[in-house]
Amino acid sequence: MGWIETPVGRVAGVSTKWTPRDKLGQTLVRMGIKRMRYTVATGLYAIGEPDFDSPVLVTANYKLSFDLLRRELAGRNLWLLVLETFGINVWCAAGKGTFGTSELVNRIRKVQLATVVKHRNVILPQLGAPGVAAHEVKKATGFRVRYGPVRAQDLPGYLDNGMKVSEESRRVRFPLRDRLVLTPVELVQAWKPSLVILLLLFVLSGLSRQGFDLHAAVSRSFAPILIYLGALLTGSLITPAFLPWIPGKAFSLKGTQLGLLWALFVSFTVASDWSGANLVALFLLAPAVAAYFAMNFTGCSTFTSLSGVKKEMRIAVPVIILSIVSGGIVLLVGSLS
Amino acid sequence: MEFRYLENVVTLELDGDRCTGCGMCTQVCVQAVLALNDGVAYIVDRDGCMECGACAMNCPVAALMVRPGVGCAWAVFTDWFKKKNVSSQEGSENIRS
Ligand code: SF4
Ligand code: SF4
Repeated sequence: MGWIETPVGRVAGVSTKWTPRDKLGQTLVRMGIKRMRYTVATGLYAIGEPDFDSPVLVTANYKLSFDLLRRELAGRNLWLLVLETFGINVWCAAGKGTFGTSELVNRIRKVQLATVVKHRNVILPQLGAPGVAAHEVKKATGFRVRYGPVRAQDLPGYLDNGMKVSEESRRVRFPLRDRLVLTPVELVQAWKPSLVILLLLFVLSGLSRQGFDLHAAVSRSFAPILIYLGALLTGSLITPAFLPWIPGKAFSLKGTQLGLLWALFVSFTVASDWSGANLVALFLLAPAVAAYFAMNFTGCSTFTSLSGVKKEMRIAVPVIILSIVSGGIVLLVGSLS
Repeated sequence: MEFRYLENVVTLELDGDRCTGCGMCTQVCVQAVLALNDGVAYIVDRDGCMECGACAMNCPVAALMVRPGVGCAWAVFTDWFKKKNVSSQEGSENIRS
């Protein structure tokens, strides 16, 4: 894209279109394959042909957020001010304070925003508010912080509506689609520790009084591996998907219930001829493993408080550990006797 | 569709005497926890608060207090381990106001 001349020098223009590469990047990041350093350079950018009166939008230097934002701004003239958040999205960076008052103040000074535009307004995504004190930015720079809508797709409406945010677009929704988009990351994160657990289950299954037996391992590891994989999917995929409809408030409790359902399902189908020990282990392990992965989804959710998560964990973590340890012992005793 | 989390746990406090009724806190809260009534802010839905800290951060007269943090189990795990290693740092959690 071209350049825009301003009193303080040239400003790079950005396209509002996505290239195939941008799309691929989005997918890889969502899958959790490409997590780190997906960044754009900080500073001022131009969309269209902005001038002294054009609005200024502020965002993080996480390329995913930047791309979602610019795509919504086709056909408009405005300035984009990108803050240094080290490739982290607005919400998380605001929580950490990198998308914060001092970074915004410094960036406004550095790009000489007061010379580029005549007005004294900057528009921030509402999710940046935990890191930015609007009144302090005003004191330090003269710029008034306006908090725009939560989602980039509500921006065109906001800009056309005299910068009024509707009640509706102030709220964070958390629809099924958004919840499912977050689950691949969970699964990718669970992948490595899961391999270790599966290997451990395989080895334990092969143990007997005579030592390790490969045959026994192959035939007997089926049960625990099935229990584990099913519980993993139950906790990290099915629980998030059905989140609002599962009774209870604590995520681990929601996961436990679905884990129990999973155990029941297994016991009535493939496990109808399992040994007593395997069945006991099934009901000890499946709900606990599902509860653990469901609990980890709190970090992806948009309505959990730290105080709440701490309270949930004080009860859930000991129960999960106890349940998994005793389940493991039952499995071990079962295969040794 | 509404999501609810645990009740009676959040650290949010509002000092109505200080409030000037500027309305900033009602604008930044994504959970609609706060509202204005007769020019004074009040807490409508305390249990809806996710302790993001946006309201306290943006209140010009420090009428709001909350211990901000991210409601993420993994972050709490990490914190537990850190605390074990760096001995007890109980008082270090900052109250934002
Ligand atoms: S801490 Fe966040 S969620 Fe809670 S009342 Fe303040 S702005 Fe709303
Ligand atoms: S931001 Fe502070 S002063 Fe303004 S309405 Fe809220 S509590 Fe009152």
